[in-house]
Amino acid sequence: MNELLTPETKKEMDHWLNKFPKGKQRSAIIGSLHAVQHQNEGFLTSELMDAVANYLDVPKIQVYEVATFYSMFQTKPAGKHEISVCTNISCMLRGSDAILNHIEHKLGINVGESTSDGKIFLKEEEECLAACTGAPMMMVDHVYIENIDIKKVDEVIDKLTSKS
Amino acid sequence: MSKLNQVIYSNINDSNSWTIDEYLKQGGYSVWKDILADQENKNSNWIIEEVKKSGLRGRGGAGFPTGLKWSFMPNNDDQKYIVCNSDESEPGTCHDRDILKYNPHVLVEGMAIAAYAIGATVGYNYVRGEFMLECYPRIEAAVKEAYEAGLLGGNILESGVDFDLYNFLGAGAYICGEETGLLESLEGKQGKPRFKPPFPANFGLYGKPTTVNNTQTLASIPKIIENGSKWYSDFGTEKSPGTLIFSISGHINNPGNYELPLGLTFNEVIEIAGGILDERKLKAVIPGGSSTKVLPAKIIENCTMDYESLQSADSALGTGAMIIIAEDTCMVELLKRISRFYFAESCGQCTPCREGTGWLYRILDRITNGQGLSGDLSLLEDVAGRIEGNTICAFGDASAWPVQSFLKHYHHEFKYMIENKGKSVAAG
Ligand SMILES: Cc1cc2nc3c(=O)[nH]c(=O)nc-3n(C[C@H](O)[C@H](O)[C@H](O)COP(=O)(O)O)c2cc1C
Ligand code: FES
Repeated sequence: MNELLTPETKKEMDHWLNKFPKGKQRSAIIGSLHAVQHQNEGFLTSELMDAVANYLDVPKIQVYEVATFYSMFQTKPAGKHEISVCTNISCMLRGSDAILNHIEHKLGINVGESTSDGKIFLKEEEECLAACTGAPMMMVDHVYIENIDIKKVDEVIDKLTSKS
Repeated sequence: MSKLNQVIYSNINDSNSWTIDEYLKQGGYSVWKDILADQENKNSNWIIEEVKKSGLRGRGGAGFPTGLKWSFMPNNDDQKYIVCNSDESEPGTCHDRDILKYNPHVLVEGMAIAAYAIGATVGYNYVRGEFMLECYPRIEAAVKEAYEAGLLGGNILESGVDFDLYNFLGAGAYICGEETGLLESLEGKQGKPRFKPPFPANFGLYGKPTTVNNTQTLASIPKIIENGSKWYSDFGTEKSPGTLIFSISGHINNPGNYELPLGLTFNEVIEIAGGILDERKLKAVIPGGSSTKVLPAKIIENCTMDYESLQSADSALGTGAMIIIAEDTCMVELLKRISRFYFAESCGQCTPCREGTGWLYRILDRITNGQGLSGDLSLLEDVAGRIEGNTICAFGDASAWPVQSFLKHYHHEFKYMIENKGKSVAAG
């Protein structure tokens, strides 16, 4: 089962394991799930979660519990590139809703969906992403882009869609 | 402008401020080295007394006196932990992010001093997951540099003192900002807050004595010890000493993070941030993150930005995240957005919160969709009242307070919308 995990993923998991006392390997679940989700280009599968449990030597249920609780983990197939538009209050006051609308139209999907070519996942973001003084903002593959407007958004998305 | 950025953010505009070379050049780690070299005089009690005298209060939102919190740690041989709360997730708040990004070494040094004061030999810094590519590499690099400089690890600088520090990355859940939810998350579980008591000082990480402090709180420590408690408390007012980083967002000309002495008037602070956006008129302010109660312009304009003044105005300083709202903003839509957040983020453990936040959101949703009923406003009040005070952690209160305060100050806007099939007063 461990063969599902790439050497880089295992290295990353070991890095997390080394941060915690002996017997507390459960603490490495979150870091490990980040690593396997990255390996799998954006989402988790049961097989990968089981492989994490096996590698860390924890019950599978403990991994599932974490994977389903935290919003950064996707347990259903999702597009390769992840876009989150913050629509929490500070961003809302600075026009985030129009930006999200624009992106939905541009990509032809609703928030929470991925494009049919599997390239882009427009994540439903309910949290504030702690960049409120740069509102409105979005996060693209974990990179913060602040003080955005329609023009900037178009540039970013066009670049993404032309990438593989 | 001389009031600005005097403690934690003092180096924030310097180039490469996040590197150890820059930090050392500015006298960084001198406090930590002095303590290690003179442990007899600079012992745990002395540090805790200094922090108490400085008047520093927790900047994570609750404002609990930091020195007092440290003194709760048991004096025994048990393994103890210092945990830094860098989960920064209260809507409107984004100043810890800049500490992690631009001054990570002050946090490392602050955590080391705190650990020494409470007798902890291991520390974890819990960073919110979304900071993965932006701040996390900076703080991770800072820890690595500090190890390489011999300032962390075992028997640091031959002092006999051990301190190991690790960064942790969360994965997206507001509730992990609550300190016991955070500890659960650090243990690799769902971030569901624990019943208190026992408090973390007695039963914390892995069941061991633990102190949890906010990033800004810990980042204040090195300068307080370096320059003395009096130097620090001379900023601010008698009851709210020191500086606080205000994240000023929303309808403001120059949104940004401003570290300022506590106790400035609201109008002074607004002026520093360039005034209300496009010279619009101020309507309201949420003064300390979305969990604090909204205050109409006429009330906040008479406040000073400190713990006491905002409390007596029936709100709170919270995280110092000032969300500025100009005239013509629909307060019903705004509250609905806030309630959506609490509904989405409730961890689901306590029934009043899990069910109540859904009720609040759905009622507000139907009001904005033109389907509000005449009894809806009293229903909102009723549901909020049933959540408040009836949950394991303060998240429940945080979901109720916006509803109560918006209804208190803007009742007419809600009533108008119900009576006019979803039309907003603000739409004119
Ligand atoms: C729902 C909820 C969310 C919280 N989020 C944060 C947070 O993101 N960052 C933080 O430092 N404290 C947060 N807190 C406060 C912590 O529980 C805790 O009081 C704080 O970390 C203690 O540090 P301090 O004494 O230095 O303020 C939150 C509390 C609640 C109830
Ligand atoms: S409200 Fe959008 S980043 Fe905080």
